[in-house]
Amino acid sequence: MTWFLDHVQDVLDLAVQHVYLAGLPLVIGLLLALPLGWLARRYPGLYTPFTAGFGLLYTIPSLALFILLPGILGTRILDRSNVLVAMTVYTVALLVRTVADALGAVPDDVKQAATAMGFTRFRRFFAVELPLAVPVIAAGMRVAAVSNVSIVSVAAVIGIPQLGLLFTDGFARSFYDPIVVGLAACFVLALAFDLVILAVARLLTPWQRAGGAS
Amino acid sequence: MINDVASWLLDPAHWTGPDGVPARTWEHIWYSGVSLLIASLIAVPAGLLIGHTGRGRVVAVNLAGAARAVPSLGLLFIMVLFLGPRLSGDAASLWPSLIVLIVLAIPPILSGAYAGVEGVDPAARDAARGMGMTGWEVLSRVEVPCALPLIFSGLRSAALQVVATATIAAIVGIGGLGRLLIDGQAIRDFPQMVSGALLVAVLALLVDLALAGVQRYAVSPGLTGRTTTRGGGRAATDADGTTDADGIPAPGAVFAGEKELAVRREAGKTEPRHNS
Amino acid sequence: MIVFDGVTKRYPGGTVAVDNLSLVAPNGKITVLVGPSGCGKTTSLRMVNRMIRPTSGTITLDGRDTARMKESDLRRGMGYVIQHAGLFPHRTVLENIGTVPRLLGWDRRRTDARAHELMEQVGLDEVFASRYPSQLSGGQQQRVGVARALAADPPVLLMDEPFSAVDPVVREQLQDEFLRLQDELGKTILFVTHDIDEAIKLGDQIAVLRVGGVLAQLADPAYLLNHPVDDFVADFVGRDRGYRALSFQPTPRLPLRPERTLLIGETTQGVAQDWALVVDDANHPLGWVEPRRVTGEIRSEMLHRGGTVARASGPLRGALDAALSSPSRRGVIVDDSGSLVGTVQAHEVLNAIEEAARPEVADPTNPGAPAR
Ligand SMILES: Nc1ncnc2c1ncn2[C@@H]1O[C@H](COP(=O)(O)OP(=O)(O)O)[C@@H](O)[C@H]1O
Ligand SMILES: [Mg+2]
Repeated sequence: MTWFLDHVQDVLDLAVQHVYLAGLPLVIGLLLALPLGWLARRYPGLYTPFTAGFGLLYTIPSLALFILLPGILGTRILDRSNVLVAMTVYTVALLVRTVADALGAVPDDVKQAATAMGFTRFRRFFAVELPLAVPVIAAGMRVAAVSNVSIVSVAAVIGIPQLGLLFTDGFARSFYDPIVVGLAACFVLALAFDLVILAVARLLTPWQRAGGAS
Repeated sequence: MINDVASWLLDPAHWTGPDGVPARTWEHIWYSGVSLLIASLIAVPAGLLIGHTGRGRVVAVNLAGAARAVPSLGLLFIMVLFLGPRLSGDAASLWPSLIVLIVLAIPPILSGAYAGVEGVDPAARDAARGMGMTGWEVLSRVEVPCALPLIFSGLRSAALQVVATATIAAIVGIGGLGRLLIDGQAIRDFPQMVSGALLVAVLALLVDLALAGVQRYAVSPGLTGRTTTRGGGRAATDADGTTDADGIPAPGAVFAGEKELAVRREAGKTEPRHNS
Repeated sequence: MIVFDGVTKRYPGGTVAVDNLSLVAPNGKITVLVGPSGCGKTTSLRMVNRMIRPTSGTITLDGRDTARMKESDLRRGMGYVIQHAGLFPHRTVLENIGTVPRLLGWDRRRTDARAHELMEQVGLDEVFASRYPSQLSGGQQQRVGVARALAADPPVLLMDEPFSAVDPVVREQLQDEFLRLQDELGKTILFVTHDIDEAIKLGDQIAVLRVGGVLAQLADPAYLLNHPVDDFVADFVGRDRGYRALSFQPTPRLPLRPERTLLIGETTQGVAQDWALVVDDANHPLGWVEPRRVTGEIRSEMLHRGGTVARASGPLRGALDAALSSPSRRGVIVDDSGSLVGTVQAHEVLNAIEEAARPEVADPTNPGAPAR
């Protein structure tokens, strides 16, 4: 506890880095996954290649991806953008399937009613399908957020500063305190991401509250 | 760079001896296999029981959720610092690592198993009881076969998790392909690091493909829509007349609405998938 | 014979789903439990195979108290069919049908032979044998469900809204085949439905339940239509019950009139009537023509086919409908082989109805009930 009080500022700095490295890819990943997921629904032939293809990317262990990306992107190994790209890849890998399935789960009669009322395909997507898909997409986002927070800490092994640095630091000095603080901080961050996503999803789906369904 | 990596990989010296690629690969497979096996022995029966009885569900869901939020790196270090001094030699790093791998593999397998059983069509379960199956018969003849797709997806998520974390565990001194990455970093041997990373990625891919192969063999075509006869599957038709290409209905979801189906997919397929 | 004796089911929480139910389901007959949603039909049915335990009262099967029997034996001895069939998605049609025989320890060959036999009985083509449930339509799934329940040839069948989830056309078809099958097999059947028309069509006797699980009336279909015991049953039995009751009243001797008939290919020269009946070589009615409008030979596509045809031995409802639906206003009556015996007009059928005594007899299944 005293260690934490002595190092509050350092921990906060690392936490900010952590939020940036885990959070930005979450947003970019969602923005990429939405059109990809829509394509996979619109052209059913794309569904399997998309989900299977991104699934393969997801199998690459994070440490391996952090090390492989500089070679592919031409960045230096200590460059933070490697981590950002890697986390974006994982996020997209998770969300493409989620978005496609969420859009597919929008009831047929609702879509047909919208079409019958004269919505163009484009407007129908934004006015009807996307809002109805929010709860499922949000569930996928929560999974991605929590797993991102955990994966980002691995980047400490190659020396990218964020909360994971507390782990490597503590281990190198056989000192529990930083590790415990790091674990707690990661946990709190994951919880915070989770709550933010939940809150946004609730804001976007007022009808879900009315029915008493959680 | 590519040339350096290629020449590292093609150098016969790197393919022999106790720190050669085959030996490291074997170690990696061994750690992962043992951890997965032990985790399955614990998590599959527990998950089936939770799904069958409906008891302990809340605990299982929260446990799995919380476990996802724990960074494996931190857990690994804590375990080594705590157990290491109580063990000697290789065991000081090996046992804590294996324990972490097992602990990390349990939640996805557990939630796959219970979600799988829970998702079995209630009508099928009701019919099974109605024709005089005992609780055990219902579980073994109906619930488990119907839950297999989700059990496998949990197992595959766990496998990815374990292969990835076993790589990181090289930091605390165990063998496996992670050694190439960690040792390479220590001596600034980038070709070796990249080669190691490539090998790990390929291994993870092969493990996933192997499990997918077993799954294909073990799961009834009635559940996957991979049927040979014509006109199979009840593909959902889109408003535009397009068709759901994913012929893989959630188990027992024959009568479930599309929405419910997607939510189950969500619970079963996406959630447990967790890298490290 | 299934006997309910003072059976009550109170769920934890206090809902009384079935209240002091006493009922006899005789051997070889179809007993239908009918009533609005939530009136305790499913609960009553599931207490028979002890999927639900009665709170009080006993249910006996051929004199044996079901509470004393081993549950798995009890259930293996009765077929159970439910609304969505509940087929096992991981098993083929053949394997689904063979489930109970396998549980009973039959070998594979005997089971498969039996399953093939049942597929034929329920009208499923052989090609479905190796299909999975997800590859079948709702109606086909339901047939498999029935076949699976019949597999070990149990004397008793419990059926919970088996035909409710399929469309009306398929439902009608399934009901007809179910009746045909029952003619062959003579099972003791307890059948649950919320559809009074289905109850009247299928039931040898009908038990109407009201919400709260109280038996409102137990009677055969004709009696139920003619003598609903109170407003609730009358309401539930619904409109047109006078007309529908004619389905159960055999046709008395009607004053049949001979009909001038023509054959396809003949001309209508010399036929003075407004309408003439065209028959085939076996004297089976084909349809009506208007001779005034026919020039040359009668061709098949000239026929009005709107009229229904009633069997002389069938119920009165058929004769009346034949008269009402005929373009000539003369209802076509045939014998059991389908050959024309004559025609009859609506007022003549109505006369016959008025002259026939309304069946005021006491309810045979409920001798204590007052005749009204
Ligand atoms: N497991 C249960 N627990 C509590 N109440 C139940 C249960 N099952 C049914 N009920 C209640 O018992 C009543 C009768 O239900 P049910 O037998 O299913 O009716 P039906 O099949 O005629 O629609 C209903 O009010 C229902 O809500
Ligand atoms: Mg019911």
